[in-house]
Amino acid sequence: MAGVPVALKDNIQVKGVETTCASKILKGQIAAYDATVTERLKGADAILMGKCNLDEFAMGSSTENSAFQKTTNPWDAACVPGGSSGGSAAAAAARFCSFSLGSDTGGSIRQPAAFCGTVGLKPTYGLVSRFGLVAFASSLDQIGPFTRTVEDAELALSVIGGHDPKDTTSATNEPAPVSQTPKDLKGLRIGLPREYFIDGLDPEVEKAVRAAVDVLKSMGAEIKEISLPHTKYAIATYYIIAPSEASSNLARFDGIRYGYSDKGATNLQEVYELTRGAGFGPEVKRRIMLGTYALSSGYYDAYYSKAQRVRTLMADDFKNAFKEVDLIAAPTTPTPPFRFGEKTNDPIAMYLSDIFTIPSNMAGNASVSIPCGTSAKGMPLGLQLIADVFQEKRMLSVAKAYEAAKPFALLEK
Amino acid sequence: MSVSDADVKKIAKLARLRLTDAEVALYGGQLTKILDSMAELSKADTSAVAPTTSVLGAVNVMREDEPKPFEDVEALLANAPERDGPYFKVRKVIE
Repeated sequence: MAGVPVALKDNIQVKGVETTCASKILKGQIAAYDATVTERLKGADAILMGKCNLDEFAMGSSTENSAFQKTTNPWDAACVPGGSSGGSAAAAAARFCSFSLGSDTGGSIRQPAAFCGTVGLKPTYGLVSRFGLVAFASSLDQIGPFTRTVEDAELALSVIGGHDPKDTTSATNEPAPVSQTPKDLKGLRIGLPREYFIDGLDPEVEKAVRAAVDVLKSMGAEIKEISLPHTKYAIATYYIIAPSEASSNLARFDGIRYGYSDKGATNLQEVYELTRGAGFGPEVKRRIMLGTYALSSGYYDAYYSKAQRVRTLMADDFKNAFKEVDLIAAPTTPTPPFRFGEKTNDPIAMYLSDIFTIPSNMAGNASVSIPCGTSAKGMPLGLQLIADVFQEKRMLSVAKAYEAAKPFALLEK
Repeated sequence: MSVSDADVKKIAKLARLRLTDAEVALYGGQLTKILDSMAELSKADTSAVAPTTSVLGAVNVMREDEPKPFEDVEALLANAPERDGPYFKVRKVIE
């Protein structure tokens, strides 16, 4: 990877460089150490070009929650790039770098990849070390690349993936080497989950995804309808588990060791309250409140414990599906890229943009968004492929077969 | 389920967040709507289902307890809003 220019989402540590997480509370915080992914990129002689904008602490679906910068969609500046890794997606799409890294907790790589017309890979949970990634929801967070070809995603994964003793949740599996592009897909069984082709799905997205599935079928794949019956609980489950974990993880931002600290406080309690009240933006505060509520005495069983049990049902849905099929194909997002301000006043409407990506984080499996054409307005649309845990090689080889048959509509130079 | 101003203030206190009155009103309304939308979870029968805490199968990861000094302590301390030599400085906590 010598000389390859790479950009990183600004929640990944690079020694000597500011990590802000697009939050006022971390402004000026200079990283004292490298994230493991940073260390591995440096070890492979990649060139770290800079940091990319994101929704504050990776909480959001449009990058509109950044405290500092506005990132536009390089295909149409009136549209959001998606989020939370919107800066990484836009940078890869606009050819500012060869590839970029983002993080995906509920779709924060795949959704902006779909909106910006790039490949966006969320590896299996644990395949890439999270050491040096600022924690949001630790049981869901995973680092992955944005690239313009599937092979680049494989190459990026081969450099950043693999066991890391500094991350106790890091898996012992090594990433698969770059796969051969299959000439056909004979013998491959692909499932279409009926719960992903629902009323709220935009007709243009559905048409593009079904056309992509037809391409896979024409290459010999067997297409079967399957059911992931607990998909309807994805949003509610996610918005209990992720904020609960976040409310605990973000307790460390207290104005004592780094970043913003309120100078008007007269005692320690006030240092915490005033620093956090002024340092965090609205969405982060909303989620800390939601998570604190879900974990508080008297509500824990009804919310957090219940959500963890429903999470098991969602993971079991995938286990059952992968007895019948090798791979799942679905839309990445329910709609094409939306415009600035369209969903900012309605948190629930914004949360719904992750409905098709959250289930893979719940189950921890591998998934990837690849470009599958454009809308009538010329905006990119994404096909999501989902594979069982640690089945990246098979998933990406199918993505390559599709790419060979239907070259991606990339943003022109 | 309606989240009252008093509930919001109590949660904010637990979360160590100082909110303005406008924020208390805003979050009360939004949390009520969000929690209402989560009521559908009660429809899922989880009586015989174990909670998922780790998708990889939770096991303790053990290692020898060997100290490994961090090589650049100054880089960590340099971020402190207030420091006193090798220490982070905090407001007085004992009256």
